[in-house]
Amino acid sequence: MKAFVDTGKKDTRSGFGAGLAELGNSNPKVVALTADLKGSLKMDAFAAEHPERFFEVGIAEANMVGMAAGLAVAGYIPFIGTFANFATARVLDQIRQSVCYSKTNVKIAASHAGITLGEDGATHQTLEDIGLMRMLPEMVVINPCDYNQTKAATLAAAAWDGPVYLRFGRPGVPNFTPADQPLEIGKALKLNDGKDVTIIATGHLVWEAIQAATVLEAQGVSVDLIDIHTIKPLDKEAVIASARKTGKVVVAEEHLVAGGLGEEIAGVLATACPTPMRLVAIDDQFGQSGKPAELMAAYGLDAAHIVKAALSLR
Amino acid sequence: MEYTLPQIASQVRRDIVRMVTAAASGHPGGSLSSTDFLTYLFFKEMNVTPETWHRSGTGIDQFFLSAGHISPVLYSLLARRGYFPVAELATFRRFGTRLQGHPSVEKGLPGVNQAAGSLGQGLSVAIGAALAKRLSGDPNTVYVLIGDGESEEGQIWEAAMSAAHYKVDNLVAMTDWNHQQIDGTTEDVAGLGDLRAKWEAFGWSVIEADGHDFPSIAHAFAEARTRKGLGCPVMILWHTEMGHGVDFMAGTCKWHGKNPSVEQCAEAMKQLEETMGDFAL
Repeated sequence: MKAFVDTGKKDTRSGFGAGLAELGNSNPKVVALTADLKGSLKMDAFAAEHPERFFEVGIAEANMVGMAAGLAVAGYIPFIGTFANFATARVLDQIRQSVCYSKTNVKIAASHAGITLGEDGATHQTLEDIGLMRMLPEMVVINPCDYNQTKAATLAAAAWDGPVYLRFGRPGVPNFTPADQPLEIGKALKLNDGKDVTIIATGHLVWEAIQAATVLEAQGVSVDLIDIHTIKPLDKEAVIASARKTGKVVVAEEHLVAGGLGEEIAGVLATACPTPMRLVAIDDQFGQSGKPAELMAAYGLDAAHIVKAALSLR
Repeated sequence: MEYTLPQIASQVRRDIVRMVTAAASGHPGGSLSSTDFLTYLFFKEMNVTPETWHRSGTGIDQFFLSAGHISPVLYSLLARRGYFPVAELATFRRFGTRLQGHPSVEKGLPGVNQAAGSLGQGLSVAIGAALAKRLSGDPNTVYVLIGDGESEEGQIWEAAMSAAHYKVDNLVAMTDWNHQQIDGTTEDVAGLGDLRAKWEAFGWSVIEADGHDFPSIAHAFAEARTRKGLGCPVMILWHTEMGHGVDFMAGTCKWHGKNPSVEQCAEAMKQLEETMGDFAL
């Protein structure tokens, strides 16, 4: 199996901040809004260099979504930045009507997603956002895996004509994808070719899946490893082809089972190519305070749990 | 031929009642209370025509309807102004129509730039559009209409605070203050209170006017123009009557979202002069 090198831990939200800063200089139509979370979203560089195109909206997320929609109607490309909970559940109706149904070109940048938010606890640990966003017609859902991919996803989101939900996280995680690798929306990234079992992962779970695949390969289990950065539109062809090849599929994500990538893939495979599956995700419960790594282990989202899930399919 | 504003308004009211009767659903009450000042806005005030209109609004005045349920008055005005054929009013709420129950951009109806229906969202959108005009150096104005009942939505006051904070002074918001909502009067349902004091407390420049009297309407819009560029968003509070123009619909919440019977429609038609020619049913 190809070796993936961690070039140093970096938070994915900083990848967004770097991408936004680059867009600020390359595209005068890009504007940014935040709801009192400029620093947390790493929007400082954009705000400092383009103050006229940066709007601090205050703690008023619904208004922020609407303002972004109005800017988009007029031809601007607004990125709104806040925590994933406030970027989705709190403003679902505003996103549904003012963004998706109105086909406005709004990019929703959601940080601190998932259980790895850590110490803040369940009020802020959004585990439903992928489901909420992928249910909306018109919405593209991207959940990148590291700093470099998040930066590439930010650039790709700006180039995409239509609403995009861009999900990323708070803690530093291994940065291993190439710095110059563009992100093609809707195209799965094959990380390893194997024949015994398919492991599909998204977001922070991709690195865990790489660790799991390394362990499995050492045990003689050949792993077909796929990074799904674009949850919607899903690269169904890649998923089906891999399932046909291996006959066993594990899906790993930092989300509830309900509404998640695993459920979506199960739906695709149930109609195209019924395949035994295991879902590495959180089942119908809230998180709690703790350190990211201990929460990942406690809620069954780490490499060890992916290995176990894969072996249980044999 | 040139029609007077009262003649246009009378025809728009006929359209509203006939549309909701034909569709056997829809919202006549607030459509009728908003008819006069919106007639003035579309026929006299805004520097936009069916030929110059485009969704992005660059280089023209823009209108956002936030209270999307009063789509009948919007559709009638757009048709009567020439945005699309008057005959299309007969398709209101029917399967496949561009005249969806609540305004939609999905089928590309000219004159509609944003979906509305779930209340409270349009003021925020209008602020974004007004900020876009400021960014691009476009001197034109953004207008938005909200309902008085709609002002119970929290997002309206998020937007109110934001517009004042950003000194959005190329924005003219309007409230159709007809004192009625689905479940009763705005006082009984939610204690709406003194809207003027509320908007002024949020930093807005407020104008009050009779929303059914054309000289009063003209004066209010002219006054709003003089207040542009002075560092404050402008709110026109239109004093209106729900169901205005049809005696059995006037001044009550009962006709917020109820269609008349064919007989009631005929009775209403006796009270509203046909001036521009009814659309065919």
